Amino acid sequence: MPLPFALSIPAALLSGDGFAQLIDLTAVLLLALGIKGLSKVRSARAANGLAALAMGLAVLGLLLQIRPDPQAWLWIAIGTAAGGLAGLLTAQRVPMTAMPETVALFNGCGGMASLLVAVGVALFDVDPTDRVALISIAISVFVGAITFSGSIVAMAKLQGWLDTPAWTQSPIRHGVNIALAVTSLVGSVLLLSDPAGLPLWLLVASATLLGVGVTLPIGGADMPVVISLLNSYSGVAAAAAGFVVGSQLLIVAGAMVGAAGLILTQVMCTAMNRSLVSVLFGGALGVGASGGGAAAAGSSDYSRITSCSAEECAMALEVAERVVFVPGYGLAVAQAQHALRELAKLLEAHGVEVSYAIHPVAGRMPGHMNVLLAEADVPYEQLVEMEAINPEFPRTDVVIVLGANDVVNPQAKTDPTSPLYGMPVLEVDQARQVFVVKRSLGAGYAGIANALFELPQTAMVFGDAKAVLNGLLSELREMGVGKVGAKGGPKGEAARQPVAA
Amino acid sequence: MSSLSQALWVLLLGSLLGLELIGKVPPTLHTPLMSGANAISGITVLASLTLIQKAGDNQALLLIGALSLGFALYNVIGGFLVTDRMLAMFRRR
Repeated sequence: MPLPFALSIPAALLSGDGFAQLIDLTAVLLLALGIKGLSKVRSARAANGLAALAMGLAVLGLLLQIRPDPQAWLWIAIGTAAGGLAGLLTAQRVPMTAMPETVALFNGCGGMASLLVAVGVALFDVDPTDRVALISIAISVFVGAITFSGSIVAMAKLQGWLDTPAWTQSPIRHGVNIALAVTSLVGSVLLLSDPAGLPLWLLVASATLLGVGVTLPIGGADMPVVISLLNSYSGVAAAAAGFVVGSQLLIVAGAMVGAAGLILTQVMCTAMNRSLVSVLFGGALGVGASGGGAAAAGSSDYSRITSCSAEECAMALEVAERVVFVPGYGLAVAQAQHALRELAKLLEAHGVEVSYAIHPVAGRMPGHMNVLLAEADVPYEQLVEMEAINPEFPRTDVVIVLGANDVVNPQAKTDPTSPLYGMPVLEVDQARQVFVVKRSLGAGYAGIANALFELPQTAMVFGDAKAVLNGLLSELREMGVGKVGAKGGPKGEAARQPVAA
Repeated sequence: MSSLSQALWVLLLGSLLGLELIGKVPPTLHTPLMSGANAISGITVLASLTLIQKAGDNQALLLIGALSLGFALYNVIGGFLVTDRMLAMFRRR
Protein backbone atom coordinates (compact mmCIF):
# COMPACT_ATOMS: atom_id res chain seq x y z
CA MET A 1 0.00 0.00 0.00
CA PRO A 2 1.82 3.15 -1.19
CA LEU A 3 1.90 6.12 1.13
CA PRO A 4 2.79 9.71 0.41
CA PHE A 5 6.40 10.20 1.29
CA ALA A 6 5.82 12.58 4.16
CA LEU A 7 3.69 10.09 6.02
CA SER A 8 5.56 6.94 5.16
CA ILE A 9 8.46 7.64 7.48
CA PRO A 10 6.55 8.22 10.73
CA ALA A 11 4.16 5.46 9.78
CA ALA A 12 7.00 3.02 9.32
CA LEU A 13 8.68 4.09 12.52
CA LEU A 14 5.67 4.28 14.68
CA SER A 15 3.07 2.02 13.18
CA GLY A 16 1.11 -0.35 15.30
CA ASP A 17 -2.13 -0.13 17.19
CA GLY A 18 -0.45 0.81 20.43
CA PHE A 19 0.83 4.06 19.07
CA ALA A 20 -2.48 4.91 17.42
CA GLN A 21 -4.26 4.28 20.69
CA LEU A 22 -1.79 6.52 22.48
CA ILE A 23 -2.59 9.31 20.05
CA ASP A 24 -6.32 8.72 20.56
CA LEU A 25 -5.97 8.89 24.32
CA THR A 26 -3.94 12.08 24.13
CA ALA A 27 -6.56 13.57 21.84
CA VAL A 28 -9.39 12.73 24.26
CA LEU A 29 -7.45 14.19 27.16
CA LEU A 30 -6.75 17.41 25.25
CA LEU A 31 -10.37 17.66 24.12
CA ALA A 32 -11.57 17.37 27.71
CA LEU A 33 -9.02 19.95 28.88
CA GLY A 34 -10.08 22.16 26.00
CA ILE A 35 -13.76 22.10 26.93
CA LYS A 36 -12.87 22.73 30.55
CA GLY A 37 -10.54 25.61 29.71
CA LEU A 38 -13.19 27.21 27.51
CA SER A 39 -15.20 27.87 30.64
CA LYS A 40 -12.69 30.37 32.09
CA VAL A 41 -12.04 33.77 30.58
CA ARG A 42 -8.28 33.65 31.01
CA SER A 43 -7.73 30.22 29.55
CA ALA A 44 -10.52 30.23 26.96
CA ARG A 45 -8.52 31.16 23.91
CA ALA A 46 -5.68 28.76 24.62
CA ALA A 47 -8.23 26.06 25.35
CA ASN A 48 -9.85 26.58 21.98
CA GLY A 49 -6.46 26.10 20.37
CA LEU A 50 -5.90 23.01 22.48
CA ALA A 51 -9.18 21.50 21.28
CA ALA A 52 -8.23 22.28 17.69
CA LEU A 53 -4.86 20.61 18.26
CA ALA A 54 -6.61 17.59 19.72
CA MET A 55 -8.77 17.38 16.63
CA GLY A 56 -5.69 17.53 14.42
CA LEU A 57 -4.02 14.79 16.47
CA ALA A 58 -7.10 12.60 16.22
CA VAL A 59 -7.15 12.98 12.44
CA LEU A 60 -3.42 12.28 12.20
CA GLY A 61 -3.77 9.20 14.41
CA LEU A 62 -6.60 7.88 12.25
CA LEU A 63 -4.69 8.50 9.01
CA LEU A 64 -1.73 6.56 10.42
CA GLN A 65 -4.09 3.75 11.31
CA ILE A 66 -6.11 3.47 8.10
CA ARG A 67 -3.33 4.42 5.64
CA PRO A 68 -5.52 5.65 2.79
CA ASP A 69 -4.67 4.53 -0.75
CA PRO A 70 -3.97 7.14 -3.45
CA GLN A 71 -7.56 7.19 -4.65
CA ALA A 72 -8.79 7.75 -1.09
CA TRP A 73 -6.19 10.50 -0.67
CA LEU A 74 -7.58 12.22 -3.73
CA TRP A 75 -11.12 12.28 -2.33
CA ILE A 76 -9.85 13.29 1.10
CA ALA A 77 -8.02 16.18 -0.51
CA ILE A 78 -11.17 17.24 -2.38
CA GLY A 79 -13.33 17.14 0.73
CA THR A 80 -10.69 18.88 2.84
CA ALA A 81 -10.13 21.66 0.34
CA ALA A 82 -13.83 22.33 -0.14
CA GLY A 83 -14.87 22.20 3.52
CA GLY A 84 -11.73 23.83 4.88
CA LEU A 85 -11.79 26.73 2.47
CA ALA A 86 -15.49 27.36 2.98
CA GLY A 87 -15.01 27.25 6.75
CA LEU A 88 -12.07 29.63 6.57
CA LEU A 89 -13.97 32.15 4.49
CA THR A 90 -17.13 31.96 6.58
CA ALA A 91 -15.23 32.35 9.84
CA GLN A 92 -13.35 35.38 8.56
CA ARG A 93 -16.19 37.21 6.92
CA VAL A 94 -19.17 36.70 9.16
CA PRO A 95 -20.01 39.77 11.28
CA MET A 96 -20.01 39.33 15.05
CA THR A 97 -23.68 40.24 15.22
CA ALA A 98 -24.50 37.20 13.10
CA MET A 99 -22.79 34.76 15.48
CA PRO A 100 -25.92 32.82 16.55
CA GLU A 101 -26.92 31.97 12.99
CA THR A 102 -23.32 31.11 12.12
CA VAL A 103 -23.11 28.60 14.95
CA ALA A 104 -26.44 27.20 13.76
CA LEU A 105 -25.11 26.83 10.22
CA PHE A 106 -21.89 25.10 11.33
CA ASN A 107 -23.91 22.86 13.58
CA GLY A 108 -26.29 21.88 10.80
CA CYS A 109 -23.32 20.89 8.64
CA GLY A 110 -21.97 18.69 11.43
CA GLY A 111 -25.35 16.95 11.56
CA MET A 112 -25.31 16.56 7.78
CA ALA A 113 -21.87 14.92 7.96
CA SER A 114 -23.10 12.30 10.45
CA LEU A 115 -26.20 11.74 8.32
CA LEU A 116 -24.11 11.20 5.17
CA VAL A 117 -21.76 8.75 6.88
CA ALA A 118 -24.67 6.67 8.13
CA VAL A 119 -26.43 6.75 4.75
CA GLY A 120 -23.21 5.79 2.98
CA VAL A 121 -22.61 2.83 5.28
CA ALA A 122 -26.26 1.75 5.04
CA LEU A 123 -26.24 1.83 1.25
CA PHE A 124 -22.93 0.12 0.56
CA ASP A 125 -21.09 -1.18 3.53
CA VAL A 126 -23.23 -2.83 6.16
CA ASP A 127 -23.54 -6.40 7.29
CA PRO A 128 -27.35 -6.92 7.23
CA THR A 129 -27.12 -9.28 10.20
CA ASP A 130 -25.24 -6.83 12.41
CA ARG A 131 -28.00 -5.50 14.63
CA VAL A 132 -25.77 -3.06 16.50
CA ALA A 133 -24.54 -1.45 13.30
CA LEU A 134 -28.09 -1.16 11.95
CA ILE A 135 -29.45 0.42 15.12
CA SER A 136 -26.50 2.82 15.17
CA ILE A 137 -27.21 3.75 11.57
CA ALA A 138 -30.87 4.44 12.34
CA ILE A 139 -29.95 6.65 15.31
CA SER A 140 -27.26 8.47 13.39
CA VAL A 141 -29.57 9.14 10.44
CA PHE A 142 -32.42 10.25 12.71
CA VAL A 143 -30.39 12.59 14.94
CA GLY A 144 -28.20 13.82 12.07
CA ALA A 145 -31.21 14.73 9.93
CA ILE A 146 -33.00 16.53 12.78
CA THR A 147 -29.81 18.42 13.64
CA PHE A 148 -29.35 19.44 10.03
CA SER A 149 -32.85 20.62 9.19
CA GLY A 150 -33.48 22.09 12.64
CA SER A 151 -30.25 24.10 12.53
CA ILE A 152 -30.94 25.37 9.03
CA VAL A 153 -34.44 26.49 10.05
CA ALA A 154 -32.98 28.16 13.16
CA MET A 155 -30.43 29.96 11.02
CA ALA A 156 -33.07 31.08 8.51
CA LYS A 157 -35.28 32.40 11.29
CA LEU A 158 -32.43 34.31 12.92
CA GLN A 159 -31.45 35.77 9.56
CA GLY A 160 -35.03 36.89 9.07
CA TRP A 161 -35.48 34.66 6.01
CA LEU A 162 -38.27 32.73 7.70
CA ASP A 163 -41.14 34.00 9.80
CA THR A 164 -43.16 32.08 12.30
CA PRO A 165 -46.17 31.07 10.20
CA ALA A 166 -49.47 31.36 12.07
CA TRP A 167 -50.47 27.76 11.40
CA THR A 168 -47.41 26.51 13.24
CA GLN A 169 -48.87 27.97 16.43
CA SER A 170 -52.01 25.82 16.31
CA PRO A 171 -52.12 22.54 18.22
CA ILE A 172 -52.26 20.70 14.87
CA ARG A 173 -48.47 20.94 14.76
CA HIS A 174 -48.16 18.51 17.65
CA GLY A 175 -50.22 16.00 15.66
CA VAL A 176 -48.03 16.51 12.59
CA ASN A 177 -44.82 16.18 14.60
CA ILE A 178 -46.03 13.06 16.39
CA ALA A 179 -46.97 11.56 13.03
CA LEU A 180 -43.49 12.36 11.71
CA ALA A 181 -41.86 10.86 14.79
CA VAL A 182 -43.92 7.68 14.42
CA THR A 183 -43.00 7.51 10.73
CA SER A 184 -39.33 7.84 11.70
CA LEU A 185 -39.70 5.02 14.19
CA VAL A 186 -41.40 2.80 11.61
CA GLY A 187 -38.64 3.62 9.12
CA SER A 188 -36.00 2.73 11.72
CA VAL A 189 -37.61 -0.62 12.55
CA LEU A 190 -38.03 -1.55 8.89
CA LEU A 191 -34.45 -0.49 8.23
CA LEU A 192 -33.25 -3.31 10.47
CA SER A 193 -34.31 -5.83 7.85
CA ASP A 194 -33.73 -3.73 4.73
CA PRO A 195 -30.87 -1.28 5.29
CA ALA A 196 -30.42 0.05 1.76
CA GLY A 197 -34.00 0.32 0.61
CA LEU A 198 -37.07 2.45 1.00
CA PRO A 199 -37.09 2.50 4.85
CA LEU A 200 -33.81 4.41 4.86
CA TRP A 201 -35.24 7.18 2.70
CA LEU A 202 -38.48 7.17 4.69
CA LEU A 203 -36.39 7.74 7.81
CA VAL A 204 -34.28 10.46 6.17
CA ALA A 205 -37.37 12.30 4.91
CA SER A 206 -39.46 12.06 8.07
CA ALA A 207 -36.58 12.99 10.41
CA THR A 208 -35.69 15.99 8.23
CA LEU A 209 -39.32 17.16 8.25
CA LEU A 210 -39.49 16.56 11.99
CA GLY A 211 -36.51 18.88 12.52
CA VAL A 212 -38.37 21.56 10.55
CA GLY A 213 -41.66 20.88 12.30
CA VAL A 214 -40.16 21.16 15.77
CA THR A 215 -38.03 24.24 15.12
CA LEU A 216 -40.38 26.33 12.96
CA PRO A 217 -42.96 27.17 15.68
CA ILE A 218 -40.29 28.40 18.11
CA GLY A 219 -39.94 32.16 18.44
CA GLY A 220 -36.77 34.18 17.99
CA ALA A 221 -36.38 34.71 21.73
CA ASP A 222 -35.98 31.01 22.37
CA MET A 223 -33.77 30.29 19.37
CA PRO A 224 -30.49 30.34 21.38
CA VAL A 225 -31.82 27.52 23.53
CA VAL A 226 -32.76 25.59 20.41
CA ILE A 227 -29.32 26.10 18.87
CA SER A 228 -27.68 24.95 22.06
CA LEU A 229 -29.90 21.88 22.14
CA LEU A 230 -29.20 21.14 18.47
CA ASN A 231 -25.51 21.52 19.28
CA SER A 232 -25.97 18.82 21.86
CA TYR A 233 -27.75 16.68 19.24
CA SER A 234 -24.85 17.02 16.83
CA GLY A 235 -22.66 15.55 19.56
CA VAL A 236 -25.08 12.65 19.86
CA ALA A 237 -25.07 12.27 16.08
CA ALA A 238 -21.27 12.14 16.13
CA ALA A 239 -21.30 9.51 18.88
CA ALA A 240 -23.80 7.46 16.87
CA ALA A 241 -21.54 7.77 13.83
CA GLY A 242 -18.79 6.49 16.11
CA PHE A 243 -20.83 3.34 16.70
CA VAL A 244 -21.44 3.05 12.95
CA VAL A 245 -17.76 3.11 11.98
CA GLY A 246 -16.49 1.61 15.25
CA SER A 247 -14.46 4.54 16.56
CA GLN A 248 -14.15 4.87 20.32
CA LEU A 249 -12.62 8.32 20.05
CA LEU A 250 -15.66 9.51 18.13
CA ILE A 251 -17.97 8.02 20.74
CA VAL A 252 -16.17 9.74 23.62
CA ALA A 253 -15.92 13.11 21.92
CA GLY A 254 -19.52 12.99 20.73
CA ALA A 255 -20.78 11.99 24.15
CA MET A 256 -18.78 14.77 25.84
CA VAL A 257 -20.13 17.43 23.49
CA GLY A 258 -23.65 16.02 23.73
CA ALA A 259 -23.63 16.09 27.53
CA ALA A 260 -21.92 19.48 27.73
CA GLY A 261 -24.45 20.90 25.27
CA LEU A 262 -27.29 19.68 27.47
CA ILE A 263 -25.81 21.47 30.49
CA LEU A 264 -25.35 24.67 28.53
CA THR A 265 -28.96 24.43 27.29
CA GLN A 266 -30.15 24.03 30.85
CA VAL A 267 -28.09 27.03 32.01
CA MET A 268 -29.62 29.18 29.28
CA CYS A 269 -33.15 28.07 30.13
CA THR A 270 -32.57 28.99 33.78
CA ALA A 271 -31.22 32.41 32.83
CA MET A 272 -34.32 33.08 30.73
CA ASN A 273 -36.73 31.67 33.27
CA ARG A 274 -38.04 29.23 30.66
CA SER A 275 -38.37 25.49 30.93
CA LEU A 276 -36.99 23.39 28.13
CA VAL A 277 -40.39 21.77 27.69
CA SER A 278 -42.15 25.09 27.18
CA VAL A 279 -39.47 26.24 24.76
CA LEU A 280 -39.84 23.10 22.67
CA PHE A 281 -43.57 22.63 22.81
CA GLY A 282 -45.00 25.95 23.94
CA GLY A 283 -44.78 27.75 20.62
CA ALA A 284 -43.65 31.34 20.27
CA LEU A 285 -44.54 33.59 23.18
CA GLY A 286 -46.77 36.47 22.24
CA VAL A 287 -47.65 35.00 18.85
CA GLY A 288 -51.03 33.46 18.18
CA ALA A 289 -53.64 32.34 20.64
CA SER A 290 -51.32 30.59 23.09
CA GLY A 291 -49.74 33.87 24.14
CA GLY A 292 -53.03 35.67 24.88
CA GLY A 293 -54.06 37.48 28.02
CA ALA A 294 -51.36 39.47 29.70
CA ALA A 295 -48.96 38.67 26.90
CA ALA A 296 -50.94 40.49 24.22
CA ALA A 297 -49.48 43.91 24.68
CA GLY A 298 -49.73 46.65 22.09
CA SER A 299 -48.98 50.32 22.46
CA SER A 300 -52.60 50.90 23.49
CA ASP A 301 -51.84 49.21 26.80
CA TYR A 302 -49.59 52.04 27.89
CA SER A 303 -51.25 55.12 29.34
CA ARG A 304 -48.51 57.09 31.09
CA ILE A 305 -45.68 57.17 28.64
CA THR A 306 -43.30 60.10 28.59
CA SER A 307 -41.18 60.59 25.52
CA CYS A 308 -38.31 62.97 25.01
CA SER A 309 -35.84 64.08 22.40
CA ALA A 310 -32.18 63.15 22.10
CA GLU A 311 -31.39 66.71 23.15
CA GLU A 312 -33.04 66.35 26.53
CA CYS A 313 -31.40 63.00 27.07
CA ALA A 314 -28.03 64.57 26.21
CA MET A 315 -28.61 67.27 28.79
CA ALA A 316 -29.29 64.71 31.47
CA LEU A 317 -26.08 62.89 30.49
CA GLU A 318 -24.06 66.06 30.62
CA VAL A 319 -24.78 66.68 34.29
CA ALA A 320 -24.66 63.02 35.35
CA GLU A 321 -21.87 61.64 37.47
CA ARG A 322 -22.60 58.01 36.95
CA VAL A 323 -24.17 56.49 33.84
CA VAL A 324 -25.04 52.88 33.17
CA PHE A 325 -25.86 51.56 29.71
CA VAL A 326 -28.10 48.54 29.36
CA PRO A 327 -27.49 47.10 25.89
CA GLY A 328 -29.90 44.57 24.44
CA TYR A 329 -31.01 42.84 21.30
CA GLY A 330 -32.03 46.14 19.65
CA LEU A 331 -28.46 47.37 19.93
CA ALA A 332 -27.20 44.27 18.18
CA VAL A 333 -29.78 44.59 15.41
CA ALA A 334 -28.97 48.28 14.87
CA GLN A 335 -25.21 47.44 14.88
CA ALA A 336 -24.88 50.36 17.24
CA GLN A 337 -22.14 49.00 19.50
CA HIS A 338 -19.46 51.23 17.97
CA ALA A 339 -21.59 54.37 18.33
CA LEU A 340 -22.23 53.35 21.94
CA ARG A 341 -18.52 52.98 22.62
CA GLU A 342 -17.91 56.43 21.15
CA LEU A 343 -20.58 57.98 23.33
CA ALA A 344 -19.12 56.28 26.39
CA LYS A 345 -15.63 57.58 25.54
CA LEU A 346 -16.98 61.10 25.20
CA LEU A 347 -18.72 60.88 28.56
CA GLU A 348 -15.62 59.46 30.21
CA ALA A 349 -13.57 62.33 28.86
CA HIS A 350 -16.17 64.57 30.49
CA GLY A 351 -15.54 62.90 33.85
CA VAL A 352 -18.61 60.69 33.89
CA GLU A 353 -18.29 57.21 35.38
CA VAL A 354 -19.55 54.80 32.73
CA SER A 355 -20.37 51.12 32.94
CA TYR A 356 -22.42 48.58 31.04
CA ALA A 357 -24.95 46.33 32.72
CA ILE A 358 -24.91 42.91 31.11
CA HIS A 359 -27.88 40.64 31.66
CA PRO A 360 -26.95 36.97 31.26
CA VAL A 361 -29.18 36.67 28.19
CA ALA A 362 -28.60 40.12 26.70
CA GLY A 363 -28.23 40.12 22.95
CA ARG A 364 -29.20 37.11 20.97
CA MET A 365 -27.43 34.43 22.96
CA PRO A 366 -26.02 34.34 26.46
CA GLY A 367 -22.68 36.08 26.33
CA HIS A 368 -23.34 37.49 22.88
CA MET A 369 -23.45 41.08 24.14
CA ASN A 370 -20.00 40.73 25.71
CA VAL A 371 -18.64 39.65 22.35
CA LEU A 372 -20.30 42.54 20.52
CA LEU A 373 -19.03 45.13 23.00
CA ALA A 374 -15.57 43.61 23.07
CA GLU A 375 -15.53 43.96 19.30
CA ALA A 376 -16.28 47.67 19.75
CA ASP A 377 -13.25 47.95 22.09
CA VAL A 378 -15.22 48.37 25.28
CA PRO A 379 -12.87 47.64 28.20
CA TYR A 380 -13.70 44.28 29.71
CA GLU A 381 -13.81 45.72 33.26
CA GLN A 382 -16.65 48.07 32.32
CA LEU A 383 -18.95 45.16 31.51
CA VAL A 384 -20.66 44.45 34.80
CA GLU A 385 -22.75 41.36 35.34
CA MET A 386 -26.23 41.56 36.74
CA GLU A 387 -25.49 40.50 40.33
CA ALA A 388 -22.70 43.04 40.63
CA ILE A 389 -24.51 46.01 39.14
CA ASN A 390 -27.95 45.67 40.69
CA PRO A 391 -26.85 47.14 44.07
CA GLU A 392 -25.27 50.05 42.16
CA PHE A 393 -28.45 51.32 40.48
CA PRO A 394 -29.69 53.42 43.45
CA ARG A 395 -26.57 55.57 43.17
CA THR A 396 -26.76 55.83 39.40
CA ASP A 397 -27.86 59.15 37.88
CA VAL A 398 -28.80 58.04 34.39
CA VAL A 399 -29.55 54.64 32.94
CA ILE A 400 -29.86 54.32 29.19
CA VAL A 401 -31.63 51.19 28.02
CA LEU A 402 -30.71 50.41 24.43
CA GLY A 403 -33.00 47.94 22.74
CA ALA A 404 -33.47 45.82 25.85
CA ASN A 405 -36.94 45.20 27.18
CA ASP A 406 -37.86 42.07 29.12
CA VAL A 407 -34.57 42.01 31.03
CA VAL A 408 -35.38 45.37 32.66
CA ASN A 409 -39.06 44.72 33.36
CA PRO A 410 -39.70 45.36 37.08
CA GLN A 411 -42.81 43.16 36.96
CA ALA A 412 -40.51 40.16 36.98
CA LYS A 413 -39.96 41.02 40.65
CA THR A 414 -43.30 42.50 41.65
CA ASP A 415 -46.10 40.91 39.65
CA PRO A 416 -46.72 37.22 40.30
CA THR A 417 -49.19 37.09 37.38
CA SER A 418 -46.55 38.22 34.89
CA PRO A 419 -45.13 35.45 32.68
CA LEU A 420 -41.72 36.90 33.48
CA TYR A 421 -42.23 36.57 37.23
CA GLY A 422 -39.17 35.08 38.84
CA MET A 423 -36.75 35.89 36.05
CA PRO A 424 -33.75 37.78 37.41
CA VAL A 425 -33.77 41.28 35.91
CA LEU A 426 -31.63 44.40 35.96
CA GLU A 427 -33.17 46.70 38.55
CA VAL A 428 -32.87 49.89 36.52
CA ASP A 429 -36.05 51.28 38.09
CA GLN A 430 -33.86 52.04 41.14
CA ALA A 431 -31.88 54.66 39.23
CA ARG A 432 -32.70 58.36 39.36
CA GLN A 433 -33.45 58.71 35.69
CA VAL A 434 -34.05 56.10 33.00
CA PHE A 435 -34.06 56.66 29.26
CA VAL A 436 -35.35 53.84 27.12
CA VAL A 437 -34.19 53.94 23.51
CA LYS A 438 -36.63 51.93 21.46
CA ARG A 439 -38.02 51.97 17.96
CA SER A 440 -41.64 51.82 19.04
CA LEU A 441 -43.79 50.76 21.93
CA GLY A 442 -44.01 47.23 20.56
CA ALA A 443 -43.77 44.45 23.10
CA GLY A 444 -40.47 42.70 23.83
CA TYR A 445 -39.44 39.19 22.87
CA ALA A 446 -41.79 37.72 25.37
CA GLY A 447 -44.68 39.90 24.18
CA ILE A 448 -45.24 41.42 27.58
CA ALA A 449 -45.97 45.05 28.48
CA ASN A 450 -43.16 46.68 30.45
CA ALA A 451 -44.12 48.62 33.60
CA LEU A 452 -40.75 50.38 33.51
CA PHE A 453 -41.91 52.53 30.60
CA GLU A 454 -44.67 54.07 32.71
CA LEU A 455 -42.60 54.97 35.76
CA PRO A 456 -42.26 58.70 36.47
CA GLN A 457 -38.49 58.63 36.19
CA THR A 458 -38.59 56.93 32.80
CA ALA A 459 -38.61 58.71 29.44
CA MET A 460 -38.76 57.02 26.07
CA VAL A 461 -36.43 58.10 23.27
CA PHE A 462 -38.01 56.69 20.15
CA GLY A 463 -35.77 55.72 17.28
CA ASP A 464 -33.22 53.27 15.96
CA ALA A 465 -30.47 52.74 18.56
CA LYS A 466 -27.69 53.81 16.22
CA ALA A 467 -29.51 56.95 15.06
CA VAL A 468 -30.33 57.96 18.64
CA LEU A 469 -26.74 57.38 19.80
CA ASN A 470 -25.36 59.43 16.94
CA GLY A 471 -27.92 62.13 17.80
CA LEU A 472 -26.74 62.09 21.41
CA LEU A 473 -23.13 62.34 20.26
CA SER A 474 -23.73 65.39 18.15
CA GLU A 475 -25.88 67.05 20.84
CA LEU A 476 -23.16 66.49 23.44
CA ARG A 477 -20.45 67.77 21.11
CA GLU A 478 -22.51 70.88 20.42
CA MET A 479 -22.70 71.44 24.14
CA GLY A 480 -18.93 71.31 24.22
CA VAL A 481 -18.73 68.07 26.15
CA GLY A 482 -15.34 66.44 25.90
CA LYS A 483 -13.51 69.71 25.30
CA VAL A 484 -11.42 70.64 28.34
CA GLY A 485 -12.79 73.54 30.31
CA ALA A 486 -15.77 74.12 28.06
CA LYS A 487 -19.18 73.43 29.49
CA GLY A 488 -22.13 74.10 27.29
CA GLY A 489 -24.88 76.29 28.66
CA PRO A 490 -28.45 75.17 28.90
CA LYS A 491 -30.06 74.96 25.54
CA GLY A 492 -33.59 75.66 26.66
CA GLU A 493 -35.97 73.15 28.10
CA ALA A 494 -37.10 70.54 25.63
CA ALA A 495 -40.64 69.89 26.70
CA ARG A 496 -41.47 66.43 27.87
CA GLN A 497 -44.44 65.47 25.81
CA PRO A 498 -46.86 63.05 27.36
CA VAL A 499 -48.15 60.67 24.73
CA ALA A 500 -51.90 60.28 24.62
CA ALA A 501 -53.16 56.81 25.34
CA MET B 1 -20.52 -8.85 22.15
CA SER B 2 -17.77 -7.43 24.27
CA SER B 3 -16.78 -4.62 21.89
CA LEU B 4 -20.36 -3.36 22.16
CA SER B 5 -20.33 -3.29 25.94
CA GLN B 6 -16.95 -1.61 25.79
CA ALA B 7 -18.35 1.02 23.43
CA LEU B 8 -21.32 1.57 25.73
CA TRP B 9 -18.97 2.06 28.69
CA VAL B 10 -17.05 4.59 26.66
CA LEU B 11 -20.33 6.33 25.83
CA LEU B 12 -21.40 6.40 29.46
CA LEU B 13 -18.11 7.69 30.81
CA GLY B 14 -17.78 10.25 28.05
CA SER B 15 -21.26 11.57 28.85
CA LEU B 16 -20.50 11.81 32.56
CA LEU B 17 -17.26 13.62 31.81
CA GLY B 18 -19.13 16.07 29.59
CA LEU B 19 -21.67 16.79 32.32
CA GLU B 20 -18.90 17.58 34.78
CA LEU B 21 -16.69 19.63 32.47
CA ILE B 22 -19.21 22.40 31.93
CA GLY B 23 -20.46 22.83 35.47
CA LYS B 24 -19.67 26.50 36.03
CA VAL B 25 -19.31 28.87 33.14
CA PRO B 26 -19.55 32.67 33.35
CA PRO B 27 -22.34 33.89 31.04
CA THR B 28 -19.72 35.86 29.13
CA LEU B 29 -18.36 32.64 27.75
CA HIS B 30 -21.60 30.90 26.85
CA THR B 31 -21.53 31.97 23.23
CA PRO B 32 -17.85 31.12 22.63
CA LEU B 33 -18.28 27.86 24.52
CA MET B 34 -21.28 26.89 22.42
CA SER B 35 -19.31 27.71 19.32
CA GLY B 36 -16.24 25.78 20.52
CA ALA B 37 -18.24 22.74 21.55
CA ASN B 38 -19.92 22.92 18.18
CA ALA B 39 -16.55 22.79 16.45
CA ILE B 40 -15.60 19.73 18.50
CA SER B 41 -18.80 17.99 17.45
CA GLY B 42 -17.38 18.13 13.93
CA ILE B 43 -15.17 15.25 15.06
CA THR B 44 -17.36 13.29 12.66
CA VAL B 45 -14.45 13.95 10.27
CA LEU B 46 -13.04 10.72 11.69
CA ALA B 47 -16.10 8.82 10.48
CA SER B 48 -15.92 10.51 7.09
CA LEU B 49 -12.24 9.57 6.69
CA THR B 50 -12.94 5.99 7.70
CA LEU B 51 -15.78 5.84 5.20
CA ILE B 52 -13.56 7.11 2.36
CA GLN B 53 -10.93 4.50 3.21
CA LYS B 54 -13.53 1.72 3.35
CA ALA B 55 -15.01 2.78 0.02
CA GLY B 56 -12.29 1.13 -2.06
CA ASP B 57 -13.29 1.55 -5.69
CA ASN B 58 -16.91 2.38 -4.98
CA GLN B 59 -17.17 5.82 -6.58
CA ALA B 60 -20.57 6.60 -5.09
CA LEU B 61 -19.35 5.86 -1.60
CA LEU B 62 -16.18 7.89 -2.19
CA LEU B 63 -18.36 10.81 -3.23
CA ILE B 64 -20.59 10.48 -0.15
CA GLY B 65 -17.51 10.23 2.05
CA ALA B 66 -15.90 13.30 0.50
CA LEU B 67 -19.16 15.23 0.85
CA SER B 68 -19.50 14.34 4.50
CA LEU B 69 -15.82 15.17 5.04
CA GLY B 70 -16.45 18.58 3.49
CA PHE B 71 -19.45 19.25 5.72
CA ALA B 72 -17.66 18.06 8.85
CA LEU B 73 -14.52 20.07 8.13
CA TYR B 74 -16.62 23.14 7.41
CA ASN B 75 -17.99 22.69 10.93
CA VAL B 76 -14.56 22.07 12.47
CA ILE B 77 -12.44 24.71 10.75
CA GLY B 78 -15.15 27.37 10.68
CA GLY B 79 -16.09 26.61 14.27
CA PHE B 80 -12.59 26.81 15.75
CA LEU B 81 -11.67 29.94 13.79
CA VAL B 82 -14.84 31.80 14.65
CA THR B 83 -14.46 30.86 18.32
CA ASP B 84 -10.91 32.15 18.24
CA ARG B 85 -12.12 35.39 16.66
CA MET B 86 -14.61 35.87 19.48
CA LEU B 87 -12.13 35.02 22.23
CA ALA B 88 -9.41 37.20 20.75
CA MET B 89 -11.62 40.17 21.58
CA PHE B 90 -11.69 39.33 25.27
CA ARG B 91 -7.95 38.90 25.30
CA ARG B 92 -7.04 42.40 24.29
CA ARG B 93 -6.76 43.69 27.81
